[in-house]
Amino acid sequence: MEDLSFQHRVRGRAGGTRQNAIVGVVASGNLEVLVERVLPDAECVVDIRTAAMGFGEIWSAVIGDFVERYSPGGLKFSINDGGARPDTVSLRLAQAVRSIAENGQ
Amino acid sequence: MTSWQNNRAVRDARIAAGAGLARGKVVEAHDVTRLLEAVIRPGDRVCLEGDNQKQADLLSRALLAVDLSKVNDLHMVQSGVVLPEHLDLFDRGVAKRLDYAYSGPQSARIARMLFGGKIELGAVHTYLELFARYFIDLTPHVALIAAVSADREGNLYTGPNTEDTPTVVEATAFKDGVVIAQVNEIVETVPRVDIPADRVHFIVKADKPFFVEPLFTRDPAAITEGQILTAMLAIKGVYAPYGVQRLNHGIGFSTAAIELLLPTFGERLGLKGRIATHFALNPHPALIPAIESGWVRQIHSFGSEVGMDDYIRARSDVYFTGPDGSLRSNRALCQTAGLYACDMFIGSTLQIDLQGNSSTVTTSRIAGFGGAPNMGADARGRRHPSESWLKAGAEADPDSPAPLRRGRKLVVQIGETFGDRNVPLFVEKLDAIELAEKLNLELAPVMIYGDDVTHIVTEEGVANLLLCRTAQEREQAIRGVAGYTDVGRRRDRNMVAHLRERGVIRRAEDLGINPLDADRSLLAARSIKDLVRWSGGLYAPPSKFRNW
Repeated sequence: MEDLSFQHRVRGRAGGTRQNAIVGVVASGNLEVLVERVLPDAECVVDIRTAAMGFGEIWSAVIGDFVERYSPGGLKFSINDGGARPDTVSLRLAQAVRSIAENGQ
Repeated sequence: MTSWQNNRAVRDARIAAGAGLARGKVVEAHDVTRLLEAVIRPGDRVCLEGDNQKQADLLSRALLAVDLSKVNDLHMVQSGVVLPEHLDLFDRGVAKRLDYAYSGPQSARIARMLFGGKIELGAVHTYLELFARYFIDLTPHVALIAAVSADREGNLYTGPNTEDTPTVVEATAFKDGVVIAQVNEIVETVPRVDIPADRVHFIVKADKPFFVEPLFTRDPAAITEGQILTAMLAIKGVYAPYGVQRLNHGIGFSTAAIELLLPTFGERLGLKGRIATHFALNPHPALIPAIESGWVRQIHSFGSEVGMDDYIRARSDVYFTGPDGSLRSNRALCQTAGLYACDMFIGSTLQIDLQGNSSTVTTSRIAGFGGAPNMGADARGRRHPSESWLKAGAEADPDSPAPLRRGRKLVVQIGETFGDRNVPLFVEKLDAIELAEKLNLELAPVMIYGDDVTHIVTEEGVANLLLCRTAQEREQAIRGVAGYTDVGRRRDRNMVAHLRERGVIRRAEDLGINPLDADRSLLAARSIKDLVRWSGGLYAPPSKFRNW
């Protein structure tokens, strides 16, 4: 297992009012993302626990592009990764933003 | 006096030597090794029918058991090296030299044996190329083939998996060779005559039916959202703009996803009847929903697929069938159809380099080529136009006068930027080159040459290589869809952005596709059981694909 953490300054706050959401599952080649609205509007944190060692650079690139594209301000992401491919990670993160952007609890 | 009929005399002597073991043409299974010792001579070229799917397994076991003082140093000329026995022949010294096309299940062992010098390699061919050489310089002295049934005269019924048999027999029987067939049963009258009796010299009834590998079944349950997104990009970014009607699909999950998206995503785009109407294709179960929805008008097949027999019989408007009602496949003719009459090949590979060359060879595995290099090549002899072919030709060469401009076949590589176990699809240098150096091969085993590839589709987008004007543009177009692989991360961002403005690279958003819509609910069938339902119960999947 390897733990990684990335913190970004973000242009703006993520939409919606929901406080948290979970997408995906922990399985081989897949990942689970818990997203919580717990940070100041201009901050974003992504904590990763992954089964695959030595992919820090790729994670950094994937998270950087994601933050740039979706501006997920105020959100903390906790990822439980079973060795997912980068494109699956991007997709799950986008799904997490979409889920929490819904209104309600 | 010069004799001009030596070979015929030799063939007659071989048949006479075997006749003592036969009643008419029929030889008992326990006498087959003795038959082979009588008929085959040291150094002979032998085709031991190993097709893509159908295997003459009884004859391969019998050949493995020959007395080495009588039979040795054979030169095997067969398309598929598939059974362990095919390689045991070289370990034992029965065979020495090999010319072949495909070695999927034996890819790791064949690599070890080539490195170890156990096999003297002629060449790895594409199917059509090896078949062509059967008629020029690799004509078999003896062909050991497989059929479903025979009558007493030796007429053969090869059934849905006819595959290579007519070609192998044509080359052998008409050039003074001997043809020996294993059959599942001997009957009064065969359902249809696939091979006439006068081309068959001995028949053996096997104790159990010949082995057929279910190679073309992809379980929809295993298709990922990434593959669905990639398939959506292919349909909207390639099939639709070129109006591709006549095509061949490879066997991966990405193309299975395309097949399952036609009746849903494709239907919504209004593409029914405009794309994917005529195929050179094995009977892929994943195509059943598209067939049932009226998308597909006609399919010609290289071979068959386990479990599809009843469905094919019931859909003779779509498939080629014999007077008995069952599928008639023919690999050589279907390969020719794929080469000359299809406007697109789309398939997956294991490695793509910066020029677009692709290969399924890795340093420890040599899977051979099969049909892909032939399907995935522009036919320079083609002369008939089609919308797709002309449009691709114009994109590649906008300046030539139209009446003198060649069209182009679309050769599309589709895949995810990271494959199994996160191995990158894109590499700076193909493993095939390293392998060629290690084995002293004059040619690196390249599956599809970069100059034949027109498009690369990944989850990151579609790269249209026809629109690239320089080697540097081509490299950046490839890097631009290579995702987070090393090759992708080393892109020139400005140049990639410029290529995107020109439409050389098109991303999901450029095509009006939301990646969040890439959901499994888009698949027309999400399980093997769904496919059975679509087929009205006619598709009978083999047990390894049943989980109910």
